[in-house]
Amino acid sequence: MSNFYNEILTDHNLHPVHKHELSCCSCTRDGVNPSCGDEITLNLRVEDGVITDGSFTGSGCAVSQASADIMLDLVIGRSTAEALRLHGIFMKMIRGEATDSELDELDEAGALSDISHMPARVKCAVLGWRTLNEMIS
Amino acid sequence: MNERSYKADFPVFERYPDLAYLDNSATTQKPRAVLDAAARYYREENANPLRGLYELAVKATDAYENARIAVRDFIGAASEREIIFTRNASESLNLIAYSYGRANIREGDEILVTISEHHSNFLPWQILAKEKGARLKFLKCTESGEYTPEMLEKALTPRTRIFAAAQISNVFGRLNPIKEFAEICRRNGTLIVCDGAQSVPHIPVNVRELGVDFLAFSGHKMLAPMGIGVLYGREELLEKMPPFLYGGEMIEYVTLCGATFAELPHKFEAGTVNAGGAVGLHAAIDYINALGFDEIERRENALTAKLMNEIRNTPHVHITGSDDPDEHHGIVTFTIDDVHPHDVAAIFDEAGVAVRAGHHCAQPLHKFLNLQSTVRASVAFYNDEQDIERFSDCLKTIRKRMGYNE
Repeated sequence: MSNFYNEILTDHNLHPVHKHELSCCSCTRDGVNPSCGDEITLNLRVEDGVITDGSFTGSGCAVSQASADIMLDLVIGRSTAEALRLHGIFMKMIRGEATDSELDELDEAGALSDISHMPARVKCAVLGWRTLNEMIS
Repeated sequence: MNERSYKADFPVFERYPDLAYLDNSATTQKPRAVLDAAARYYREENANPLRGLYELAVKATDAYENARIAVRDFIGAASEREIIFTRNASESLNLIAYSYGRANIREGDEILVTISEHHSNFLPWQILAKEKGARLKFLKCTESGEYTPEMLEKALTPRTRIFAAAQISNVFGRLNPIKEFAEICRRNGTLIVCDGAQSVPHIPVNVRELGVDFLAFSGHKMLAPMGIGVLYGREELLEKMPPFLYGGEMIEYVTLCGATFAELPHKFEAGTVNAGGAVGLHAAIDYINALGFDEIERRENALTAKLMNEIRNTPHVHITGSDDPDEHHGIVTFTIDDVHPHDVAAIFDEAGVAVRAGHHCAQPLHKFLNLQSTVRASVAFYNDEQDIERFSDCLKTIRKRMGYNE
């Protein structure tokens, strides 16, 4: 708990790699947490079932913004099927049910595993993933 | 300062001895005297009040009605017939809008609401205005949250039927000049609805001195259990108002095609009442009276001043509203540059400090002030200097924790 705001999270929040507009994306979708005001717009370019590029814009708490950035790091270059599988693992992690080898697959997204003890922040962490899931499933 | 530790009166601090609970504007903790009184009612006096014809039911009725008398005296009402028990301030305000509002507001009438009202004293009026074709207008404050009598006079028109204002704003913590407002409203033929949720627990409030037509407040923000609240209304207004909810124990006589309704205050208390909550509220009033508002205000003002001083001495932290601690009544709302309030609250939580983050049910105000959301620390008399120090120690680390090196 005490290292929840770790370097991975703060770095992705302060210096996001994927937070920008994306021209000629093939799909875009808004995700909002009305009660806390987090909002993102997720853009993906999908070619032959592969996510070849992606970005997001928006505003919100560090957890929501960093989680979206980390997610894009993970899914760009993968097939949509693979991205959906990672979404499933992320949701398992949130419920505290992911195995160690599954956590390894999440790479930096695993830095958010403590969120399973912070019910009030779960919706922030899953905002990007939920939006991604709605776009490609 | 050699102060008595009031925390010893609150069992929650036995379970969480190090917790700096600074979310008292949301709800207060409960002293043992309140918890014991509510439990004793259910152990020794429980029956359905107002109905029974046996000894225990008489005891239950007495316990419930004695609580009403305690509330009457606490806020200086003329009669216990003017005290309606509700669930909370929100329900009290809805009762006025549904009952008085639906019977009296017509197309083209105006309802004036301050821009800093809690949603509870804003949404019922918005809905009513829409339904009736009335106009909802807003009284805007200065940047430091001030409303003056002159501002109100300018905003009132001959069509203004209702003016809704909190005595103390739950964001600014500022005390509004309700007595002057009430006088101006009376001259204009406008009813004044006062939300006392943040004032009744912290300063002496006397409805006849203030001259308000209605006053709403919640028990749970003043040491009592959740689920018991109060609506005060002037008797002649309540007499003419139709019931709000229909059901048991609010009737005089019912036939298949009609009914006549019970006398005040029971006309507005349909169904089985929250007697345990009322007894708890009675015990809370006794506790507050024994402590005295002089002591409550002395402690809360000193803690507020210390809290604001710590915030002012921390770079990148900005207080919403007045710079003067005396204008805050225990409520200090602030922002930290480039750190989202939810992250701020989460970091405070790790350090054992409970604060509120968000829009505090005052979205129109946040929009007006151009703030997306804020953090709010709010003290009660049982807080102590260590709570403020714990808050301050954590506050100073937050920007660094979020990766800012300065």
